[in-house]
Amino acid sequence: METLTHNIQAIPLNHYILLSSIIFSIGVIGVLIRRNAIVIFMSVELMLNSVNLLLAAFSVYRGDATGQVFVFFIMALAAAEVAVGLAIIVMIYRNTNSIDINVLNRLKW
Amino acid sequence: MSTFYFIAFLSIFFSILVITAKNPVHSILYLILTFFTFTIHYVLLNAQFLAIVNFIVYMGAILVLFLYTLMLINLNKESEPRKSNVVKIAGFIGGGCFLLAIVSAVKAFNGSQLVILQDPNLGLVKNLGKILFNEYLLPFEVSSILLLSAMVGAVLLATKDPKTT
Repeated sequence: METLTHNIQAIPLNHYILLSSIIFSIGVIGVLIRRNAIVIFMSVELMLNSVNLLLAAFSVYRGDATGQVFVFFIMALAAAEVAVGLAIIVMIYRNTNSIDINVLNRLKW
Repeated sequence: MSTFYFIAFLSIFFSILVITAKNPVHSILYLILTFFTFTIHYVLLNAQFLAIVNFIVYMGAILVLFLYTLMLINLNKESEPRKSNVVKIAGFIGGGCFLLAIVSAVKAFNGSQLVILQDPNLGLVKNLGKILFNEYLLPFEVSSILLLSAMVGAVLLATKDPKTT
């Protein structure tokens, strides 16, 4: 079992950084190009997850379990954020009958 | 070793599908697949606690919440108005610039060591629980207050106000 994990894990740290930054920038692009508020929220989740993966990879790389504890806190925060955000979206839908974010440009000025 | 690259390809592929799918329900289903590949990444890193939590909290709770909201407000049809092409190109350029900056910064440090697990029980529940309840006890309790306030806020926001309607 130990040799298995040692064989699997011989991956350069740079590749983890590249994977996480690619997924993070996909999330950024998703926030910028979509107009559906729920899809924007999902892109934010994608960004949070890429950061989580990078924290876990650094934690294994340094041999320090603090990074994984931080990932746990980020997950708790993401759950709270999604609950409040989806409640706000439901309320917006009730008031405007749409979840297009361009309807919400009253907050712009 | 090639397992990592295959799973990494799958997660990039599914996350591109998340932001390009026209139907929001398909988008959520692709997001579930993306999170499943992240769970496999955690298993490959031997972070078993994070793998289980990712599986239960993200795929079990958060995405079901998304799907529920989407079905509740009945937007599972392709009704989204498209953004203009200028905004799309600007979004791609913005994200691409970010990616380029990170990749060039990584390339500048060309010394890259391997990620090797020194301590095999690093990500197990026993080890993480000891650290969580010794060093990080106060943040743990504060996060419970955060979850409570989020629950109160969500209920307060989503209930209909009887005076205004």
